[in-house]
Amino acid sequence: MAVGLEHYLAVAAILFTIGVFGIFLNRKNVIVILMSIELMLLAVNINLVAFSARLGDLMGQVLALLVLTVAAAEAAIGLAILVIYYRNRGTIAVDEINKLKG
Amino acid sequence: MDTIFLAIVFLPLIGAMLAGLFGTAVFRYAGSAPPQIAVHEDDDDGHGHHHAYDGPRWPMMLTTGILVFVALLSWYAFFDVTAGNVYKVTVAEWVRSGKLVATWALRIDTLSAVMLVVVTTVSALVHIYSLGYMAHDPHQPRFFAYLSLFTFAMLMLVTSDNLLQMFFGWEGVGLASYLLIGFWYTRPSANAAAIKAFVVNRVGDFGFALGIFATFALFGSIEFDTLFAAAPEMAGKTVPFLSWQVDALTLICLLLFMGAMGKSAQFLLHTWLPDAMEGPTPVSALIHAATMVTAGVFLVTRMSPFYELAPLAQQAVVFIGAVTAFFAATVGLVQNDIKRVIAYSTCSQLGYMFAALGVGAYGAGMFHLFTHAYFKALLFLGAGSVIHAMSDEQDIWRMGGLFPYLKKTWAMMLIGTLALTGFPLTAGYFSKDAIIEAAFAAHTPMGTFAFWLLVIAAFFTAFYSWRLMFVVFHGKSRASRETLARVHDSPPVMLVPLYVLAAGALFAGWLFKDAFIGEKAAEFWGKAIYLAADNDVMEAMHHVPGWVKAAPFVMMVGGLALAFLFYIVAPSLPEALARAFRPVYLFLLNKWYFDELYDRIFVRPAFAIGRFLWRKVDQKTIDGLGPDGVSARVLDVSTWASRMQSGYVYHYAFAMLLGVAGLVTYLMVRGG
Repeated sequence: MAVGLEHYLAVAAILFTIGVFGIFLNRKNVIVILMSIELMLLAVNINLVAFSARLGDLMGQVLALLVLTVAAAEAAIGLAILVIYYRNRGTIAVDEINKLKG
Repeated sequence: MDTIFLAIVFLPLIGAMLAGLFGTAVFRYAGSAPPQIAVHEDDDDGHGHHHAYDGPRWPMMLTTGILVFVALLSWYAFFDVTAGNVYKVTVAEWVRSGKLVATWALRIDTLSAVMLVVVTTVSALVHIYSLGYMAHDPHQPRFFAYLSLFTFAMLMLVTSDNLLQMFFGWEGVGLASYLLIGFWYTRPSANAAAIKAFVVNRVGDFGFALGIFATFALFGSIEFDTLFAAAPEMAGKTVPFLSWQVDALTLICLLLFMGAMGKSAQFLLHTWLPDAMEGPTPVSALIHAATMVTAGVFLVTRMSPFYELAPLAQQAVVFIGAVTAFFAATVGLVQNDIKRVIAYSTCSQLGYMFAALGVGAYGAGMFHLFTHAYFKALLFLGAGSVIHAMSDEQDIWRMGGLFPYLKKTWAMMLIGTLALTGFPLTAGYFSKDAIIEAAFAAHTPMGTFAFWLLVIAAFFTAFYSWRLMFVVFHGKSRASRETLARVHDSPPVMLVPLYVLAAGALFAGWLFKDAFIGEKAAEFWGKAIYLAADNDVMEAMHHVPGWVKAAPFVMMVGGLALAFLFYIVAPSLPEALARAFRPVYLFLLNKWYFDELYDRIFVRPAFAIGRFLWRKVDQKTIDGLGPDGVSARVLDVSTWASRMQSGYVYHYAFAMLLGVAGLVTYLMVRGG
């Protein structure tokens, strides 16, 4: 069985869905949310690379590299915020983080 | 002369403004916080004996000085005017709106000159008296400012040249009366009395205002000259009123008389006058005895060209006047408050005046007004002197035997009582007897009815006046020993006004009877009073049978004898009588139950309507559907909306996802 575009897309969609559900079904840890965001970004990357290969356009792969960079930066900032937050509140459990209420 | 009249009317206003604005605390604390004033619960006698007055003394001196000066000017003007001069001083134009023209003008004829003299003389004496009476009061400048303001408004009233200006003075004296009755504003009863006086007067003023409107609608003018010239043409014309055709002049006269009834405390609208005794006693003497309450008499006399052409309205005036004279005298028989006895006496005497006006004897009515001002102010100020001496005791049953302590006051009260009861050759003898004779001489059924009521009222008058004298000054003392130890005759500043008024009470009748009601009357009044061609009451009253002339004197002696029997010879008799005729006694003591009646008919329904409108209409309906309802709905919606705001990041993320999903779906469906 040849692996075609649709398979890549399917994998990407599944990954993305897992990421989404990871964000709002997760009740435990903010780190899991960060990981879920990474997962979603990776899903997007798979899409980009798959279309790039299919259409013979390098632009997609360039963009994928850019997304990787941004994701790395985002993870770094996210973790930094997390550390600060932990220092202030003493917890990173998602259920305890509800200060956004007006 | 113009300057003199302007000075008479406007100097009191200037005095009131200076004393009221610069003598009181109005501007003293301008721009800074006023000091905290401690209110003492035990200080509710209002006299403030506990704190002496330490403010400036010039406001009192200024207003008193002005009034004395004005009184002297008035007497000068009086003799000038009664020599036959008539003046009209135009001050300024006030209203010019279409046909309605009203100017500020002073109309000086004999009628206003008489009133000028009465008002300024009594006012000046009351000012002087108040210097002593109010010497301890912490708010004296305010008191004197109000007194002067009242005097100005009253002078404006009596010199008015049109109905609107008269209405201005009319309301001005009403305002001053309200302020002065409520002068001791820490007393709830004084505030209640002030409001009552104001509200009851509103009823009368409503009629007065309607009368002015009717006059303007019918005559197209409110200037007296125009009105009086046009009055004869209007006689007999009818106007539609509600669904009837009524006689135009009768309607106007009745409406105006309604105003007079309110201001002069006539039967049905009298309830405010006894309560007005809550004010300081000099106020009672000035406003509620000598001047303001006679404004109604003045109004009817001023409008004599109208009343002479409206016989029905005249009969109403006689009826109300006679009934008031009788009614108030009966109530006066059993009252126990020294000031209330005199207040009902005032009410009764005003009834006499109206009865005289109604039968067409305007001169006799005005004459009684003139003399009554002196002896009633004398009685009130004498009563004030007694109250002052008794440390603010007003119940006559806690006095008694005061004669040795208050000899001078006793003499003054005696003169006042003699004049009021019509002892021969005193002022009341000439004026009151003239009214009774005029009522008889009218030879109308209504006149005869009034004659009998007035004669009986004369008997009652003598009885309650002498009862007051005997109970207060003679017999055994019922006052506490501490009070008696402090009893002393008043200082000269309070006694001198009494002497002057006593002179008036003794000689005013004898000196002026020829001018007011005698042979010189026609010449004296000139054009100020209009008499219909067939009105010969003023002449006929001098030719009544002997028994009519003697009737008031007999009644006076009878009343005196009965009072002497009841309160000197056999003091147990009145009590036994009161017990035997308890219903009658209670009926009189409770003033014919008028207050209770009005409470049922007007006050409580008004409260009920007010409560209904407040609770049901305003709170439930208007507020419920309007502001309160809208705000409650906004609150509901926002509470509901704020519940979505949980604070959990994943809830927001979920909402975002739903949004994105919805958007994408929409775009796909539309795109597809």
